[in-house]
Amino acid sequence: GVNPDLASERLAASFSVELLTASLDGGAERTRGRRAVVQAVESDPVFSQENQYFQSQNEKYEAAVRRAVYLQKKIREMGWTQNGPEVQDICRCLSGDIALVLHRVFMRSISVLGSDKQIAKWIPLATDYQIIGSYAQTELGHGTYLQGLETTAVFDTATQEFILNTPKISAMKWWPGDMGRSATHTVVFAQLYVHGKCYGVHPFILQIRSLEDHSPRPGVTVGDIGPKMNFQHTDNGFLLLQNVRVPRENMLSKFCEVQPDGTYVRWGSQKINYFTMTSVRISILSEEAIVPLMKACTIAIRYSAVRRQSKLKPGEPEAKILDYQTQQQKLLPQLATAYAFHFINTYLHELFNKGYQDIQAKNFDSLPELHAFSSGFKALITQHCTSGVEICLRACGGHGYSLLSGLPSLYTRIIASCIYEGENTVLLLQTARFLIKCFMAASAGQPVPPSVTYLSSVKSGKCPAKDKSDFLRPEIYLKAYEQMTVRLISSSATKLQHLIQSGVDKHNAWNQCTVQLEKAAKAHCHYITVKNFVEAVENLDNKAGIQKIMKHLCDLFALHGIFSNVGDFLYDGHLTAAHMDLVTASYLDLLAVIRKDAVPLVDAFDFTDKSLSSALGSYDGQVYQRLYEWAQKSPTNQQGNPAYEKYLKPLLQNTLSKL
Amino acid sequence: EALVINDPDFQHEDLNFLSRSQRYEQAIRKSALMVMKLREYGIADPDEIYMFKSFVHRGRPEPLDLHLGMFLPTLLTQATPEQQNRFFMPAWNLEIIGTYAQTEMGHGTHLRGLETTATYDPATQEFILNSPTVTSIKWWPGGLGKTSNHAVVLAQLYTQGQCKGLHAFIVPIRQLGTHEPLPGITVGDIGPKFGYDEMDNGYLKMDNFRIPRENMLMKYAQVEPDGTYVKPLSDKLTYGTMVFIRSIIVGDSARALSRACTIAIRYSAVRHQSELKTGEPEPQILDYQTQQYKLFPLLATAFAFHFVGTYIKDTYRRISADIIEGDLSELPELHALTAGLKAFSSWIANAGIEECRMACGGHGYSRCSGLPDIYVTFTPSCTYEGENTVMMLQTARFLMKSYMQVGSGQRVTGMVSYLNDLTRQHIQPQHVAARPVTVLVNDPVSLVEAYKARAAWLVEAAAKNLQAELNHRKSKEDAWNVTSVDLVRASDAHCHYVVVKLFTAKLSEISNAAVRAVMTDLCLLYALYGISKNTGDFLQANILTSTQLNQVNQRVKELLATIRPNAVALVDSFDFSDGYLGSVLGRYDGNIYETMFEWAKKSPLNKTEVHESFHKHLKPMQAKL
Repeated sequence: GVNPDLASERLAASFSVELLTASLDGGAERTRGRRAVVQAVESDPVFSQENQYFQSQNEKYEAAVRRAVYLQKKIREMGWTQNGPEVQDICRCLSGDIALVLHRVFMRSISVLGSDKQIAKWIPLATDYQIIGSYAQTELGHGTYLQGLETTAVFDTATQEFILNTPKISAMKWWPGDMGRSATHTVVFAQLYVHGKCYGVHPFILQIRSLEDHSPRPGVTVGDIGPKMNFQHTDNGFLLLQNVRVPRENMLSKFCEVQPDGTYVRWGSQKINYFTMTSVRISILSEEAIVPLMKACTIAIRYSAVRRQSKLKPGEPEAKILDYQTQQQKLLPQLATAYAFHFINTYLHELFNKGYQDIQAKNFDSLPELHAFSSGFKALITQHCTSGVEICLRACGGHGYSLLSGLPSLYTRIIASCIYEGENTVLLLQTARFLIKCFMAASAGQPVPPSVTYLSSVKSGKCPAKDKSDFLRPEIYLKAYEQMTVRLISSSATKLQHLIQSGVDKHNAWNQCTVQLEKAAKAHCHYITVKNFVEAVENLDNKAGIQKIMKHLCDLFALHGIFSNVGDFLYDGHLTAAHMDLVTASYLDLLAVIRKDAVPLVDAFDFTDKSLSSALGSYDGQVYQRLYEWAQKSPTNQQGNPAYEKYLKPLLQNTLSKL
Repeated sequence: EALVINDPDFQHEDLNFLSRSQRYEQAIRKSALMVMKLREYGIADPDEIYMFKSFVHRGRPEPLDLHLGMFLPTLLTQATPEQQNRFFMPAWNLEIIGTYAQTEMGHGTHLRGLETTATYDPATQEFILNSPTVTSIKWWPGGLGKTSNHAVVLAQLYTQGQCKGLHAFIVPIRQLGTHEPLPGITVGDIGPKFGYDEMDNGYLKMDNFRIPRENMLMKYAQVEPDGTYVKPLSDKLTYGTMVFIRSIIVGDSARALSRACTIAIRYSAVRHQSELKTGEPEPQILDYQTQQYKLFPLLATAFAFHFVGTYIKDTYRRISADIIEGDLSELPELHALTAGLKAFSSWIANAGIEECRMACGGHGYSRCSGLPDIYVTFTPSCTYEGENTVMMLQTARFLMKSYMQVGSGQRVTGMVSYLNDLTRQHIQPQHVAARPVTVLVNDPVSLVEAYKARAAWLVEAAAKNLQAELNHRKSKEDAWNVTSVDLVRASDAHCHYVVVKLFTAKLSEISNAAVRAVMTDLCLLYALYGISKNTGDFLQANILTSTQLNQVNQRVKELLATIRPNAVALVDSFDFSDGYLGSVLGRYDGNIYETMFEWAKKSPLNKTEVHESFHKHLKPMQAKL
């Protein structure tokens, strides 16, 4: 049965959990569909994750390959579509613990970068898994900074081939997923040389393993890069190339081509390609960042409602740790963040869908803005989600440290998201570049993209709040965020100009301002997130208490941001020290209000126990029984103790005689 | 160190490629060997043992940690002479391997909530030990799962029908000779964790397990044969051990953070990326301001914690001497201070290690960087020996008490003496911190004053909020709970002040001018960076103006550039050997790419050129589809 400590939480819900779930899914219909897929997957023993915490790297890799292969069969059997919502649902319930993910990236890059002829040749082979693809971009020596890649592709007019080489150790491809052991082919990015001239980085399709016996092709050295913090199921690989030749037709040539005589031709606009790369950053946010934060909140909040520790009042039973203000202050802002990011994610997807249509219609105006969005939000969201998951982990005390809590694995996985698809600091600085440009334009009275119109419409002034309840008015806190953001952007811009005018060269000046610029970019994204949350709440249906509880979460998210960055808000005097006391009071009051709905709010995320894989976070709250049962399944308890026989026994029995 | 590093017996395969069982086995092998060698070399001094151990295990946990660090010392401090005769020598000779079983599945830091019972039976003169609920199962003790044959068990003592609170009992758990659990004992490993792979953290369930009366540790409290309970004289003495262990954690924080900084800074000097100026070669990533801003404040923090750790250890030694003389007066402050500093330093080091890892980009995520391992090994220190939030609240309790004392006209001494000035201000109607503090951004001593003012302001604010809640609410417990966020902030500011103060005080002790100069830069960076991260407090308390904050931010950036040329030398001065660092990225010689490739070739997935999964899964799929 359900632990009474959790049952009582659910009885106290101020809103309908089922309706909120439907709202998060985008309709009750989608909820039903998702649950059916989850049910089909979880009831299938092949997809069981039961032993995941006890497996070695080799076992994990093998299980992931097995699941990936079996999944293809299952998708056909169930009549699901490869690009439909079902695949997302499957990813969600398998927590991405599956191999051959890069195969999709391989296919997408051919579809986007390949000519019609290339698409016709390679896509059917890949669809039928006659070949297995990977995507080899990063090298030992270079990651986010692509122009620095060192792999070369030299065109040989005589044989009409490209000769691929990794000329030195730092040029070795390093990290590509599925490449270490699984892939037969890969898209390799290399510096193109024709007649001694370098044309920059281009993609080439390269076969790396034999289709007969899977052994590496001549000139190819390929293998696994060794254990990582997580992703043990993925065979991230290295690839060394020594004079490996591929035919001229293997350079992906939708936008440019090397003709038989070596003439380099470029056509069409690469902007669409650019757009695709940009949109990948947005596409990973939900599964790789927001869902893990939601799961961590679910585990930590349910556990905190079950865990009783110490006494709040003498004579009473021990209190639920969720009733301690310090615990609420750790967890509830994370919960609010998870909801805030859910809404901004929906918004970003709509924005990019619209952007895609514009670009199809050859309208590229929104591209710089979209790029700034994707960089900044990728950085902001992965960073906040990562620290949120860690806070949840640490809020679960000792038991959080057990792998069986599920939290360490969530954490070690999500932290990778701060680096892949662009290192966060680098991305924030890209957003900062856009903001500085827009700020200059706005100052000169020129039009700016819609997301930054606030830069030109600002009049400074004092915050009119008089009472702590004033800080529950969105217009009050939005104005404070707006002021703060504009100030950070304008002061960076001023500093930058000042340095340049005083004779510092452009690049140095930029480097000297980067700490401030990064901060300004973060503030911008944070402000947009708050604003979007406010708008999303206004658009919610006010039935079954949903709008009300979402408004509380929105207020908490906004005030937590002020509470945690007091200095930035006080700086130019829009808010005063007295205002800060009101913010703090309002913020702490909200913790107590949201506390009552904390468990229903995580229930609404609707994770199955299997997808949580947590002894602490399951729906029924039988935490201790489960922890004890799971521990007994550990191999350390199932197998004998060789260490005793080999070392302890001699130690225990013979020490004295040996001395 | 050389003794260990040059000993072929202590060499082994890279731990990253071993399974958990294999890592446990390696650790046990080395521990067993270590004990032999210690005897062979005649090493018996506790500090030397600690050094030897840390080189053998390279700063990693090992299954005999609790035997050496808790079981033996507990026997020394809490056993009667008769009990020492029975247990100490066998334990010293490792015929008995013991652990210390305190935490349970349901309770950790809150000790009074422990549920294991020891009921005295005068008829047989035995204690009957029981784990009456699932939550009362002992959970987490190191070395309990597979290694130990005895445990010191903490249980609620029942005699003559009354509960007498927690007491310690020596409980045999495994048969000598066969190592099988004794009847009535269920014992095992609690399964995989985030880190601590080599440690068999265990569970222990007892069903009517009987031990003789003489197995209760009875140096202080006693149960007489007829069941009469004799109370101990004072319970303050147990503070001493806690203070000691928490002071060690401050030192651990410094060490873990120093290791992470060494790796990240050396790597940043070797890694070249992107361009700062068009046409020039790719710069070292350590030349980017954002990278310096990530790493140098952490480097400064590592030094700060190092000095704080030494200070606490020395103070503990001094006060221990007083305790032997019967003077316990300084113990409460030291206890409060170490609780807070333990939390403060372990939180910051924990986050700092992660920052260092992220500053190494993708390669930091590989286990070959050594950073994942440092993190997972260090992070539990935020929880063990007192959960950090609870620790901060203990410090806050002391701060509130001191504040009240000052309010009632008494003077307080030690690190909280700044509260004395507060009440003089307090009589005046204006806001306390409105008093002018002239802050000079280039003078560490002046910055100490700024931190002091901030601590005073936050302590007072918390005290006032607490009082206001007390006036509104029914109970003082409720008031405490709804003020606890403020209280933690106050403790945090107090600890921050103490760290800045101790770092600054250290500067004058450095005789070499060049060393003092670079330490002064680091000290300034530490203090100024702390201000720039907490501008809100300084602005709100009116300690600094916006203009001064601009200067602070500007000075921080200048200091980054000043420290840059010395960065590698500074981490070299930590003097970690490559073996101890365990990091490809942090190697002294900087040959990272070649070594990474060699390392990767040893990965278990690379054992065969074609992995068996190809034959089992991929090939059939390609054939079928």
